[in-house]
Amino acid sequence: MHEWALAEAIITAAQQIAEKEKLSEIREVTIKIGELQQVEREILRFALSQLKPATFKNAQFHITKAKTTLKCRVCGNTWLFSKNKLDEDTAEAIHFVPEVAHAYIKCPKCGSPDFEITKGRGIWLENIKGVR
Amino acid sequence: MDPRTTVINERLSRTGRIIAVSSGKGGVGKSLVATTLALTLSRKGCKVGLFDLDFTSPSTHLIMGVKNVPLKEDKGIIPPGVKGLAYMSLIHFSGDQPTPLRGADISSALIELLAVTQWGKLDFLVIDMPPGISDAVLDLIRLVKRIEFLIVTTPSLLAFETVKKQVRLLQDVKVPIIGVVENMKTSNAENIKHETEKLGTKFLTGIPYDPEVEDAIGDVTRLLKTALAQKISEVVASNITK
Repeated sequence: MHEWALAEAIITAAQQIAEKEKLSEIREVTIKIGELQQVEREILRFALSQLKPATFKNAQFHITKAKTTLKCRVCGNTWLFSKNKLDEDTAEAIHFVPEVAHAYIKCPKCGSPDFEITKGRGIWLENIKGVR
Repeated sequence: MDPRTTVINERLSRTGRIIAVSSGKGGVGKSLVATTLALTLSRKGCKVGLFDLDFTSPSTHLIMGVKNVPLKEDKGIIPPGVKGLAYMSLIHFSGDQPTPLRGADISSALIELLAVTQWGKLDFLVIDMPPGISDAVLDLIRLVKRIEFLIVTTPSLLAFETVKKQVRLLQDVKVPIIGVVENMKTSNAENIKHETEKLGTKFLTGIPYDPEVEDAIGDVTRLLKTALAQKISEVVASNITK
């Protein structure tokens, strides 16, 4: 599954931070997933459990969803992304590459495709905790 | 920290050479050169990927005559096999829809696809770039350690002017340039060749203007019989696979 590739990126990034901060063991990793990318939380959790190296053996993964806010650059309208308004193929396309939202979503107020994803675009590492 | 950038070089670790086909201006035949280069390498028995990085104006799917290719997932996205190439393009996700993207969106989409595409083992990855010196060029330079550039121009000084700037930029940041291809020549004039060599860069070939090429769009068999394909084959033999 595509979530596996994202999990790998999370683990690699967390490892790099741990090395930089000289952490010998990771205890907590907090990950946010923006609703726009529709990442399957449990698939991501499973992939993380399979990919985690020895320094992460006791690590708890906290994965929380974040709302996606879109803002129109033309009229200034702000709205929340909702998957319910999309057909399955469109939702899947955006799941793979969130920026493709610009092909399918328009500002509900003025109809422009020129909007900014101000919050909740994809998947990001919020913080990690460990011991030195 | 953007976690996606941490895995890009791992995704490309089983790829041999990574060649970005770029240009100063649009309309010089960059996508045709990139696609023909990829197909030529593939026909020589190499495992080749083709990545259309011109997200807002993709053309390689038109050149190859492909549409609605289903995607597979296996720990990421597997680029579908198209005409013997592992083929990635935003059109797999945007279809025929106009996809207006600002620079930051292009950069993010590029990073996403580089982070999640499982190319597997390739001898070559050919990247069809958007024209100019902008987000895609800058992102490839910073994110893909082994990137090389092959630059396409036409005889026009208008096209070559930006090529000069692109060459200087790449030389300044020490990114290898395979050379320059002059496309759509209408005479035997050698001024682009001389100007290229003055830049300290190799002039690879001059491709004559060929009306057959437009008629070959969508037909790979016909495309590979054009003079353009013949010239690219010579460049491959003397500069890329030797």
